[in-house]
Amino acid sequence: MSEPVLSVRGLRTHFITRERTVKAVDGISYDLHPGKTLAVVGESGSGKSVHALSILRLLPEPPAKVVGGEILFNGRDLLKLNQEDMRAIRGNRIAMIFQEPMTSLNPVLKVGEQIAEAIVLHQGVTQEQAWAKSVDLLKKVGIPHPEERVNDYPHQFSGGMRQRAMIAIALSCEPDVLIADEPTTALDVTIQAQILELMKDLQREYHMAIILITHNIGVVAEMADDVVVMYAGRPVEHASVGELFKNPKHPYTKGLLGSVPSIYVKKERLEAIAGQPPDLSGGFTGCPFAPRCPSVLERCKTDDPPQFHLAGERMSNCWLIEGESKESSHRHASTGGAK
Amino acid sequence: MSEAPLLRVKDLKKHFLARKGMFGEKTAVKAVDGVSFDVMPQESFAVVGESGCGKTTLGKLVLALESATSGSVIFDGQDVAAMNGAALKKMRREMQVIFQDPYSSLNPRMTVEDIITEPWVIHGMHKDSAERAKTLAKLLDDCGIAKSYLPRHPHEFSGGQRQRVGIARALSLDPKLVVADEPVSALDVSIQAQILNLLKDLQKERKLAYLFISHDFSVVRHLCTRISVMYLGRVVETADSETLFNDPQHPYTEALLSAVPVPDPAIEQRRKRIILTGDVPSPLKPPSGCRFHPRCRYMRDTCPVNDQILIAAKPGHEAACEVLPFKDERSEAALVAL
Repeated sequence: MSEPVLSVRGLRTHFITRERTVKAVDGISYDLHPGKTLAVVGESGSGKSVHALSILRLLPEPPAKVVGGEILFNGRDLLKLNQEDMRAIRGNRIAMIFQEPMTSLNPVLKVGEQIAEAIVLHQGVTQEQAWAKSVDLLKKVGIPHPEERVNDYPHQFSGGMRQRAMIAIALSCEPDVLIADEPTTALDVTIQAQILELMKDLQREYHMAIILITHNIGVVAEMADDVVVMYAGRPVEHASVGELFKNPKHPYTKGLLGSVPSIYVKKERLEAIAGQPPDLSGGFTGCPFAPRCPSVLERCKTDDPPQFHLAGERMSNCWLIEGESKESSHRHASTGGAK
Repeated sequence: MSEAPLLRVKDLKKHFLARKGMFGEKTAVKAVDGVSFDVMPQESFAVVGESGCGKTTLGKLVLALESATSGSVIFDGQDVAAMNGAALKKMRREMQVIFQDPYSSLNPRMTVEDIITEPWVIHGMHKDSAERAKTLAKLLDDCGIAKSYLPRHPHEFSGGQRQRVGIARALSLDPKLVVADEPVSALDVSIQAQILNLLKDLQKERKLAYLFISHDFSVVRHLCTRISVMYLGRVVETADSETLFNDPQHPYTEALLSAVPVPDPAIEQRRKRIILTGDVPSPLKPPSGCRFHPRCRYMRDTCPVNDQILIAAKPGHEAACEVLPFKDERSEAALVAL
């Protein structure tokens, strides 16, 4: 396989206040390859968005602090770059689109100006050239009459069109990595289908790697090549999308898949996961999923499971698969985390 | 089913007047524009549609929280619009609501006990303290609420627990009909599954009828036996759930179903989607004729002209389309998508 464009190694992001420390992300590792989509799945508070913001160093410090790990982008550790070098990468080589396109666009600037801004900043072209490119980009993302709509303000766009405009901004510098944080959650299903289709087409054209952050298992099945499932700030399972759905290893993944109703299969009852997600401040003794786990062992309550590696990049941190695995690693480790 | 429907909605319309700009002409937004359906006792009936289709307004009309422009809502044989005062209050005992957002629908200054038992105070029920305690214990048990929650306030709970409190409050009066407006869409999937299972259990246990309002077909399929699909203020198709999923007759339903992502990569890889072009048109200026025609893949010359009404395509299956129900010309792509 090709060299990964992005390697995250043992990334840990904590929120530190006087009263307490919240371990929002506590050790996540993966490799992202060009042209591939990695989905990071989890429920609210699992740390999936904080992990994405950490990659782009968009979190306010303090209270947020990356306390460990490496983020290697084409071999360079993003955590060690100064602000200026980071700005040259952010929005240029690594771009991001957000969940709510209305709050991420500036309401008092024309859509065209917002697309041109990134182009002028990163590519050193004139305003006119950047404007012409804005029109091209709007056309590319499927906005009808782009030469007129480029003069519109965000409020004149519908939700789907705003997300298309966000994608145009993200693509303006032909990034190597696109981070999409719940890109279709605010949209209706028919519009969601349009946006996902657009993202797939553009990925093929630009050979981008995509990190897709989502809670929607259906979207994962449609879009992802590989999946990282997160729970309580840590990855509990890492597998190819086919393996994950066919043969989930971690009880949380099993519970999550069993919780989702499908239009294809009529289930009499959903296999809900009992209980509530944990509070992340204060840390855990043992596995954080133990209190909700249907297959809990005695040792789960006391011993924090390491990451057990299986064939390929498959990983799960659950004591139940200890016997299947030949190799394990600690999730905080910066080296050898994802083999 | 030969019994009388519990709820009968007939040609219901709600038009809001909106001004275009500060001095512009007033135009009517036809949020609900001629909707009819029946809900039988103990049935779970769903109204599905995308944002702006009028499904929430419809729910409010049924609950008499909005007054209709025309048409009627008949609940248990009585016209809701004609009621007021004591009769309306009595009717509301039978008809309760569960809201979408458990964060904004519970009074933050009341304890859980007050929230759940307030309806009893209003309706003067369960005044005997022993009986009250017994009924409350049963209600808490049914809804999965621990007794220790009672003296606490809503902010101390997570979304799923709050939604349980909202459900307990709705059920405290032993209603016959519960209108549930997107009751699980604000919740995480694992919690959503708990609440869906709970709603299913409660329906059986307490013999409830649901009018379930949702945008999520997967959730609806799990819970509901009959479904109406709405588009721009109108019902475009009504059928029982299995029929609707396996053999949709309206092109909008067909496209909507094919757009729903399926949590199974094996299915996702082999199915083809029908991608609708464009956005939902503004309800201020709905398209002429069939309101779906600008986005429809089967559009004919007559579609922009002829207004579509619901026609029984098959027994118990109605669709408002002149192309599909009679001339089955669905393309290969569409069949694969389903």
